[in-house]
Amino acid sequence: MSRAVLDARRLLCPLPVIRTQNRVRQMVPGQQLEIRCTDPGATHDIPAWCRLYGHRVLEVRESDGEIAITIEIVGDGAPGPG
Amino acid sequence: MTQTRTAVALISGGLDSMLAARAMLEQGIRVEGINFFTGFCVEGHTHAIRSRDRGRPKRNNALWVAEQLGIRLHIVDVSEPYKDVVLNPRHGYGHNLNPCLDCKGFMVARAHEWMLEQGYDFLVTGEVVGQRPMSQRRDTMPVVARESGAGDRLLRPLCAKLLPPTLPEREGWVDRERLFDFSGRSRKPQMALAARYGLHDYAQPAGGCCFLTDERYSAKLADLWRSRGRRDYELDDILLLKVGRHLRPRRNFKLIVAREEGETRFLEGYRKQFTNLTTVSHAGPLALVDGEASEEDLVLAARLTARFSQGREAPRVRVAVARGDGEPRVLEVVPLPAAEIPKEWYL
Repeated sequence: MSRAVLDARRLLCPLPVIRTQNRVRQMVPGQQLEIRCTDPGATHDIPAWCRLYGHRVLEVRESDGEIAITIEIVGDGAPGPG
Repeated sequence: MTQTRTAVALISGGLDSMLAARAMLEQGIRVEGINFFTGFCVEGHTHAIRSRDRGRPKRNNALWVAEQLGIRLHIVDVSEPYKDVVLNPRHGYGHNLNPCLDCKGFMVARAHEWMLEQGYDFLVTGEVVGQRPMSQRRDTMPVVARESGAGDRLLRPLCAKLLPPTLPEREGWVDRERLFDFSGRSRKPQMALAARYGLHDYAQPAGGCCFLTDERYSAKLADLWRSRGRRDYELDDILLLKVGRHLRPRRNFKLIVAREEGETRFLEGYRKQFTNLTTVSHAGPLALVDGEASEEDLVLAARLTARFSQGREAPRVRVAVARGDGEPRVLEVVPLPAAEIPKEWYL
């Protein structure tokens, strides 16, 4: 399974969420995205954003002040009234 | 079969916009939230930076509100186009550098564009007549509706009964009788409605959610413009204004001194872009020099940095000075006594 990587290091929330949201919009269901960040707030905000859209959080890893959050795209996640 | 109507709700993360969106959900409207990042937002950043705030919940209130309501939230980075709102507000500033009326018009306009692009029927805000001295007055609310282009597709459920009926009300998409007539600065009606909806945990930001309403912050921004001789900023500039002590001992430079570990960590990320100072003989903060500093200025900056280190009472303190990522050199200086730091230096 190929995994795309998004570098959101040094960005403060909500920017990591915004970058994630914009990147996910270009992805398709089943694809995975690893978001690398340094703002501890992202460990709350990115999973919260995923819950809103139904995306799955596969893993949250922290080491040496860096955080890697891996998510799997579920559904279309597209905006709009549906 | 009745068509389900859809709305975009501006979600700030505070109580009013949460209630407005919830009132729409109660009437069977399908709602998606929209939230804007301007760079001046209070929540998130400063809490993330400062170690002393690490015990506080890190949640992003807009996301949290969306989750409580069970709606999707679209977050938009408007920090670049927002500059024009801050630098050239048509309706002027409030008490500080807060362009509240232009800001509201800008956000509603952006939300309206999103509404049209995505095919929603109308727009919802949590505005309340008379709640804010600039942007939420009976006479300025029509200005926002008009200048944003939203017109009568802009519904303010919390005070709708005090305003002319909007399109969603006239068309019967929304029952006007089930909307509200809140006005003024009292929060009691909102709190009562929150209780009615079973909402007990919500953000109540003291002093607003925007740094531009803060006197000290506005003073620092005005100083930045004065010192550069032009009114402009980059995102990094306005983030740095939220962090550390800012002292301007000379017109040509200011010193940004971390106040604690979290701020030091944050400023570390900017070390390469600035001349930077750290104490080496004693524990102390990282300080950045913003501006062009002469050799004499650097000695003064080193004495100030020493003043905020553990060596403040020591006869001499060794301070490493580096220009960007260049090789540091060490200056041995006498810490500047507190009495020799004029109050005016503090921004």
